[in-house]
Amino acid sequence: MSEARKTFWDGVRAEFPILIGVFPFGMIYGALALNSGLSKLSSQMMSSIIFAGSAQFVTAQLVHDAAPALVIIFTIAVVNLRHMLYSASLAPYLKDLTSKWKVLLSYLLTDEAYAPSIIEYEKTGIKPFSHWFLLGAGFSLWLTWQVSTALGIFLGAAIPPKWPLDFALPLTFIAMVVPALKTSPMVAAAVSAGLVAVIAYSIPFRLGLILAALTGIVVGTILEGRKSSRGTL
Amino acid sequence: MNIWLIMLVGGLITFGMRYSFIFLFGKFEIPETMRKALHYVPPAVLSAITVPALVYQTNHLDLSLGNTQLLAGIVAILVAWYTKNTLLTILAGMVALLLLQLFIGT
Repeated sequence: MSEARKTFWDGVRAEFPILIGVFPFGMIYGALALNSGLSKLSSQMMSSIIFAGSAQFVTAQLVHDAAPALVIIFTIAVVNLRHMLYSASLAPYLKDLTSKWKVLLSYLLTDEAYAPSIIEYEKTGIKPFSHWFLLGAGFSLWLTWQVSTALGIFLGAAIPPKWPLDFALPLTFIAMVVPALKTSPMVAAAVSAGLVAVIAYSIPFRLGLILAALTGIVVGTILEGRKSSRGTL
Repeated sequence: MNIWLIMLVGGLITFGMRYSFIFLFGKFEIPETMRKALHYVPPAVLSAITVPALVYQTNHLDLSLGNTQLLAGIVAILVAWYTKNTLLTILAGMVALLLLQLFIGT
């Protein structure tokens, strides 16, 4: 097997446990998107056009709530802001690639592809074929996401309307966020954002959401600064 | 605006952010404060979406024990905190909601 192919499969293998966890999320998304009034085609296409789990959940929810288009787009941008951090963090390892490779790998750059790849790169440094690792991780995730979305759409139509499927959305976010709250500034960011979101709920165009998110980001950043200036802890 | 346009613009923005620093690398230095701030985006945004979804029921603030979604959400938060297992969290929240609806009724 060539070095490129071997590295690709190393990426797929590293991604595999994540794929198992992602599959039900894709199914929930498919069923939820359909439930929120999107067509089967647009529900499926969103998984390849946007290809970002939490942004897709939010979009489905906002479409369901009949939020204005600009608010939905702005929310997608805010929810996906973190990808700029991944981009910044991976950039040194991808700097020698052609533009085609950079575009392809950027399209595939999700939370789930980033995590195993950055761990691998920090361990091994830049090698001639190391971009194939990210391709393996990213492409296997992409394929899993498309298939699980399709299955969710297919089964979603059969889910009885009494089933509290709406509730899967907050549950999914809780499952994603809570385990990531590893430091006290992280907890403070989540708590302050949640609190402001409740207080500012009645502000029109869901701008309360943006206000709340910015509050959480500022609170977390300031607390982290204080913590590190105090030294230990 | 129709859903296709929303998806297209949203998709382009998402791609643009993923491509941003991979494209710009070497041309700009990212300020340290921004690097730090970006870490807080996921917990802040997702919490700002989730908490109102739990405490507001049909656009009405409901902090009573009759709010089964809020109670089930708290169960899910506790399960997520102690197990760090995403699937278990979703399952626990769903089961909690179904049981609470059985006993409290909505």
